[in-house]
Amino acid sequence: MPNTQFRIWRGERGNGGFRDYTTEVTEGMVVLDAMHQIQAEHANDMAIRWNCKAGKCGSCSAEINGSPRLMCMTRMDELPTDKPITVEPMRAFPHVRDLVTDVSWNFEVKKKIRKFRPRTPDAPDGTWRMQQVDVDRVQEFRKCIECFLCQDVCHVLRDHHKHDEFIGPRFFVYSAALEMHPLDTEDRLADLKEDQAIGYCNITKCCTKVCPEHITITDNAIIPLKERVVDEFYDPVVKLVRLFRGKSAKGTRG
Amino acid sequence: MSVERIEHDVLVIGAGGAGLRAAIAAADAGVRVGLVCKSLLGKAHTVMAEGGMAAAMGHVDDRDNWRVHFADTMRGGQYLNNWRMAELHAKEAPDRVRELEAWGAVFDRTADGRILQRNFGGHRYPRLAHVGDRTGLEMIRTLQDHAIHQAIDVHMEVTVSALLMDGGRVAGALAYDRERGRFRVFACKAIVLATGGVGRAFRITSNSWEYTADGHALAWRAGAELMDMEFVQFHPTGMVWPPSVRGILVTEGVRGEGGVLRNSQGKRFMFEDIPENYRNQTADSEEEGWRYTQGDKAARRPPELLTRDHVARCIQREVREGRGSPHGGVFLDIAWIKERIPNAPEHIRKKLPSMYHQFMQLANIDITTTPMEVGPTTHYVMGGVRVDGDSQMSTVPGLFAAGECAAGLHGANRLGGNSLSDLLVFGRRAGEHAATFARENPGARVNQGEVDAAVSAALAPFDRGAGGEAPYQIQHELQDMMQELVGIVRTEDEMARALAGVARLRERAARVGVQGNREYNPGWHTALDLDNLLIISEAIGRAAIERKESRGGHFRDDYPEKDPAYASFNIVVKRGADGSMHLERRPIPPMPDELKAIIEEQKA
Repeated sequence: MPNTQFRIWRGERGNGGFRDYTTEVTEGMVVLDAMHQIQAEHANDMAIRWNCKAGKCGSCSAEINGSPRLMCMTRMDELPTDKPITVEPMRAFPHVRDLVTDVSWNFEVKKKIRKFRPRTPDAPDGTWRMQQVDVDRVQEFRKCIECFLCQDVCHVLRDHHKHDEFIGPRFFVYSAALEMHPLDTEDRLADLKEDQAIGYCNITKCCTKVCPEHITITDNAIIPLKERVVDEFYDPVVKLVRLFRGKSAKGTRG
Repeated sequence: MSVERIEHDVLVIGAGGAGLRAAIAAADAGVRVGLVCKSLLGKAHTVMAEGGMAAAMGHVDDRDNWRVHFADTMRGGQYLNNWRMAELHAKEAPDRVRELEAWGAVFDRTADGRILQRNFGGHRYPRLAHVGDRTGLEMIRTLQDHAIHQAIDVHMEVTVSALLMDGGRVAGALAYDRERGRFRVFACKAIVLATGGVGRAFRITSNSWEYTADGHALAWRAGAELMDMEFVQFHPTGMVWPPSVRGILVTEGVRGEGGVLRNSQGKRFMFEDIPENYRNQTADSEEEGWRYTQGDKAARRPPELLTRDHVARCIQREVREGRGSPHGGVFLDIAWIKERIPNAPEHIRKKLPSMYHQFMQLANIDITTTPMEVGPTTHYVMGGVRVDGDSQMSTVPGLFAAGECAAGLHGANRLGGNSLSDLLVFGRRAGEHAATFARENPGARVNQGEVDAAVSAALAPFDRGAGGEAPYQIQHELQDMMQELVGIVRTEDEMARALAGVARLRERAARVGVQGNREYNPGWHTALDLDNLLIISEAIGRAAIERKESRGGHFRDDYPEKDPAYASFNIVVKRGADGSMHLERRPIPPMPDELKAIIEEQKA
């Protein structure tokens, strides 16, 4: 596919539109390569955020032919070239310039999530013991590269703009990694229910579909957290146990 | 022009592993800390580190301890290392790993529930604490998540363009935010440079775009000394196909898990060339090498796990002599282990998940069934700012450096896994000592004239506009030239040509022009990076001409042997009063008898 057509969204602070470019695509190229080539040949000042070009940093998130993807992990030979390939900025965040959006909201959200608080060390030398089988699930969540594609595609954020009330799939995964960490003693369930509005998620699984790290966000993180919230706040048996024990049921859960 | 002014006690430039650890240490010491990063927080090059962090915890092999790690590091660095740094690193790395666990990191586990450790090149015993092959991500995320709860002001997507001086000491930094292109003055009492490396001076590199020698060049312009600049590490295994992924790293962990290197004739060529000083520790047979990778303590390491400089040159030789793979590399085969273990594909996907996905997604190759094509890629610079081994302070008062932009720990060649532990050990030390310096010294004064001059210099490319030279073109020419003339195998003639080429490119860079406005303008950013890349390319070329021998990452075709006369000094590069570059041979201080004894005892 020598000369390939692109429609790239250009503009500042939401004002702008698509502009057409043509560039030569060679074997093995990914969308980010094509964007860099266009930048070098036709548009020196085109804004693109990227770092590693290896799918590890999660900087080059964009919407390619309407789907949220990493530009560095989208091979040109998997896209149809009979019509122009569209490349647009993520839509769930304020626009900055061209393909770059302001994702700073995500960094503010994380600060509000209660930090990791480990139990007393298991050994006299101040270290802990954990079995691999007990950390497998947490390690899945920790693969997250914070590309925020899941946030971009989540309808609660994208369509309903509930950024003030709802933390989004990335931070449910983050909370799940903390809540299911074998050493952690903090309790985040009340926050998830009240301030972070996990109830808004109606499990459409869009986030799971776009995750470039193949984290099963909905099934492994969000649904178990929802179940824990239900157990904690709506289950009469747990309520009774808490009444007598006078504390959270955390630690008794599997 | 109005320039925003921000005050901190300690300013940390760079938010990879070293910068984050330094910022945490300085904040713990109770001073006001600012952390500047060129990218978003958590995206620094550290995120790409794969294999693990070296720390002699002895969890998998109880014969391991700091003395063995120290001796391995010195041997790998061909004894040009700052021995004090090698000692501190070996002693403190285990505590830095345990600290990460206390902050929430989730390492892979041993059967008895402790942190698992894996084999890596140049390390005598399995020593790398790791999380599959995404250890860098685990480390940077843990530091990031811990840091956001400390009192640290993070300035994201901000680039420092000049250090500001007060007499002989640092007084602050001039920076611009990439989003709006507005300038900021950071006034401070101490600065920690943690800006990483210089890989973007070369065409084929594993490094992210940020590795444009910023810290090296800022320090040099401020009058600090650079050391060991001739030592650039070419990692033996980068991807070579397809062309657009050329240089992306294939972790040494593949070889640690039993992967072998073969040429186009199917021959496992690494057995043919084993250096004398590693002969006692290297396997005699393929059988012994396999047993080593599977944890047999009686076996010695396979030759694929010799140091990176050696493996890279062996690959280069196979390619040059016509025994390479179809796309100019050699074959790295992990799929073969199905002959040895059941469920090999599942095992490979578990141990090397990132590599499996990387090849599947980018090259359409299933590494559980098919060998990879790999070749050397520019990976790391051992050289950097010369610092005091204990405090990490440079020769400029108040200016500290840690991680890849500091020199000393690795000498002539870095062992895999020693980088992540370097970031933590010396990031913490730099942060602590910078905080102490800030507390013990009065505030410095920012000179407005200096600020104005630095702002004008940064805006000059806009004045020249579309009529100027194109920044990308100059950057590409520099990368091609450095790759070609100052790469894995060097000669005097070629390097002299490179220095003449750098001088020509410097003239063109002075005429560079950019279009558009200052908001998130990558052409402008590239134009400003050029100066740093050119300074550092000249330093690498000059130091490499000065070292007329082959040692570690520096290989001279015209001086192919190691010369004992070059074993007793480091090459230091310093700025003259007129801005010119001066070289000096700086003798290595004598090593204490106790450390000498460790090296002798570990030679067996």
